[in-house]
Amino acid sequence: MALEKPYKDVPGTTIFDAEQSRKGYHLNQFCVSLMKPENRARFKANERAYLDEWPMSEEQKQAVLARDLNWCIRLGGNIYFLARIGATDGKSFQQMAGSMTGMSEEEYRDMMVAGGRPVEGNRYTHEWEKQ
Amino acid sequence: MARITASVYSSHVPAIGVAVDQGRTGEPYWQKMFAGFEFSKQWMKDNTPDVVFLVYNDHATAFSLEIIPTFAIGCAAEFRPADEGWGPRPVPAVKGHPELAAHIAQSVIMDDFDLTIVNRMDVDHGLTVPLSLMCGQPAAWPCPVIPFAVNVVQYPVPSGRRCFNLGRAIRKAVESYDAPLKVQVWGTGGMSHQLQGPRAGLINREWDNAFLDRLIADPAGLAQVPHIEYVREAGSEGIELVMWLIARGAMSDNLPKVAHRFYHVPASNTAVGHLILENQ
Repeated sequence: MALEKPYKDVPGTTIFDAEQSRKGYHLNQFCVSLMKPENRARFKANERAYLDEWPMSEEQKQAVLARDLNWCIRLGGNIYFLARIGATDGKSFQQMAGSMTGMSEEEYRDMMVAGGRPVEGNRYTHEWEKQ
Repeated sequence: MARITASVYSSHVPAIGVAVDQGRTGEPYWQKMFAGFEFSKQWMKDNTPDVVFLVYNDHATAFSLEIIPTFAIGCAAEFRPADEGWGPRPVPAVKGHPELAAHIAQSVIMDDFDLTIVNRMDVDHGLTVPLSLMCGQPAAWPCPVIPFAVNVVQYPVPSGRRCFNLGRAIRKAVESYDAPLKVQVWGTGGMSHQLQGPRAGLINREWDNAFLDRLIADPAGLAQVPHIEYVREAGSEGIELVMWLIARGAMSDNLPKVAHRFYHVPASNTAVGHLILENQ
């Protein structure tokens, strides 16, 4: 019998559960390695060569090279781990979060200052499908 | 005997630490948020405990995906601020309280909660940002701190009910420690926020304030709220709020005195909530 996962019915959201964690293990552990300054320097010097040291899938490597965080998350990445890539690039958490929303950095910042994204219309997947 | 005198609740947004460290707390963006903690810094000076038991979560810093403990108690004598990718925060090292930590571990494990005992770890913004908010920028933190890390990164995280009952077990443990220590329990993280996906930026002011109301007056009822409600109403990272129930469970069964309450949106991506509750 399948486990109940009600959180699959929340739009624009991927819950990092045991299944996602299994898929993203090497991707996330690559991110952990960027906590060391010497690894950050080696990654910046040659991203592709550094990624090739990890048993990640080719698609995971492409997602990292593209800095497409939504893509990384689909492939098992978790935002707290992926944040190490942003830190290496000198990006703030707000810049990283905003990059996943399709908004510009300024639009996202303005939305947060104005009180954030409202919950109305953002609770269930079907609410986004109607749009 | 040791006793729990008060509990403190606050968000632990990394950008708050950056603002403190770079001397930007007076900037228009930050002014109102930090003003909400002016009372708290004075309160902390007037009510410095002997030990703070600080419930927080590690953000893929001390614990990678190699090992994911649900509950981890720091029993070391010292914990250093971690390098999270931007370099370590320029804040004092955290002194632990190994004797009380070992006592609590013994008691709480005997009460059926499986704690992981950690004798070496660095602490990230989850632990150091609340200290900065409550203590400012001292040369040394005003008292020893026992770090208590909860997994809220990989789902499923512990339920609110389990966290609340764990708090009760921690209370029992503290009250059986044979030294007249005053202990505060802090619960950190939250409030509503989502850091990932196209729904990032979600904030729910109404839900957050109802959470604060119930945390004060109906914590046992609040502890029954299922995971999915946190995710749907308070954002995927709003689930951190289960940690507040550990601190609340550690308080006495009497209605606490609300010494301070504050709420502000935003700090970066997050709604900041803050309470100081005193046992009476």
